[in-house]
Amino acid sequence: MGAGHTHKLYRHGHSPVHRMPPHCKLVAVLGFVVVVVSTPREAVWAFAAYAALLGAVAAVARVSPWFVLRRLVIEVPFVAFAFLMPFVVPGEQTRLLGVEVSVPGLWGAWNVLAKGTLGVTASVLLAATTELRALLLGLQRLKLPPLLVQIASFMIRYGDVITDEMRRMSVARRSRGFEARGVRHWGVLAKSAGALFIRSYERGERVHLAMVSRGYTGSMPVLDEVTASRAQWCSAAALPVTALLILLLGWTP
Amino acid sequence: MSLSFVPSLDVRGLAYAYPDGHQALFGVDLTVERGERVALLGPNGAGKTTLVLHLNGILTGGAGTVTVAGLPVAKANLAEIRRKVGIVFQDPDDQLFMPTVREDVAFGPAAAGLRGPELEAAVHKALARVGMQEYADRPPHHLSFGQRRRVAVATVLVMEPEILVLDEPSSNLDPASRRELADILRSLDVTVLMVTHDLPYALELCPRAVVLSEGVIAADGPTGDLLADDELMREHRLELPFGFDPTRKPATR
Repeated sequence: MGAGHTHKLYRHGHSPVHRMPPHCKLVAVLGFVVVVVSTPREAVWAFAAYAALLGAVAAVARVSPWFVLRRLVIEVPFVAFAFLMPFVVPGEQTRLLGVEVSVPGLWGAWNVLAKGTLGVTASVLLAATTELRALLLGLQRLKLPPLLVQIASFMIRYGDVITDEMRRMSVARRSRGFEARGVRHWGVLAKSAGALFIRSYERGERVHLAMVSRGYTGSMPVLDEVTASRAQWCSAAALPVTALLILLLGWTP
Repeated sequence: MSLSFVPSLDVRGLAYAYPDGHQALFGVDLTVERGERVALLGPNGAGKTTLVLHLNGILTGGAGTVTVAGLPVAKANLAEIRRKVGIVFQDPDDQLFMPTVREDVAFGPAAAGLRGPELEAAVHKALARVGMQEYADRPPHHLSFGQRRRVAVATVLVMEPEILVLDEPSSNLDPASRRELADILRSLDVTVLMVTHDLPYALELCPRAVVLSEGVIAADGPTGDLLADDELMREHRLELPFGFDPTRKPATR
């Protein structure tokens, strides 16, 4: 099966951040990201302050900086794009380490890099301190349309089942002497993808049959209500509110 | 009318053709008394699955009637019928569709409107009956195949069904899981209809067996007698495993 007992993004722990109700954390991260995105890119010190805030959250949650850094790898494609900007954006030119680069391009790259990194770090911290299951409950509590929550919940339940099926198909292909090398073999891979889709679709039908057999009539019964006290909301608000204060200070020099 | 004289399941003249014209059932008559354990034997393509899907009204529209504990399977009482008929499908990954074992077992009763402590108690009791209490908070895909099958049994037991219908309960189980499941099924005080190719398992668990072949009930009698009838077995593509002698050991209880 391969999968451990929890998702690989999740770090088991008992810190105050772990214990916070999931919907509070979701709202806090969303608020924080909105503040970060609306900060003018010239306010360099504000971004440093945001990073310090996230550092504090990570310290309280006892999530190691190494873990966060490794998870930041997902950002690499955006970073590559950001590094292109100083060379392709037209405008006033300057010399940096002996290379001609454009000033607006540099600012653009900084903007993407700083805001992206802060957003991804906040999400990584959220995922590291909240189990997938709890995230779903949080979304349900935040009144996300039930159909979306159901779809997400089935994705979590069947992700591993389908990955496993995919792995078995790959083993079967290789056992018959097939190794995917280059464009000529894409046809075979495409057919495998098609077969996997049909299998998953048929599984979907069987699952639906099993659900109907147990009395499903279109809506999932809500089994666990997550609740949050005023104090928990206040502590969750600490992150976005502090960020907002930093932003406002930046605007009124 | 005393309920104990009403059979758990009464199928009369059931015939069914699929929309594509393929006729699967040609007039099936089957009565299962309360508390009986009956094996439904038959080769592939005999119509076993089609019959099972009629028992809780997933398939309807053919000739004949199905009555569960005196209640006819009809649109008006489908919800009630699906509470009374607990079907355990062959692949537990189809049956267990919720993120955790506890929620999966709770799904049926919650869909029927049970909430709070009563729901918790029902879930706990059902898991205890299959010996899986300590796995309540695990996601189903982290369990072994045998454990998943036991949880699948719990998901229908929790509804206190009138009749438990098991589709190939021993498939993909290793010998130890097979024996554990047999012990559990024997310990249950419920009517059981077991659809299977596994003739030794049928003999071990079910005193009575019926053979479904080409859409009709071809034989009905004590499991040991049917299995000992070489000609009957051969005629319906049911073969005993090598070295297995059905006359040596009678069905228990």
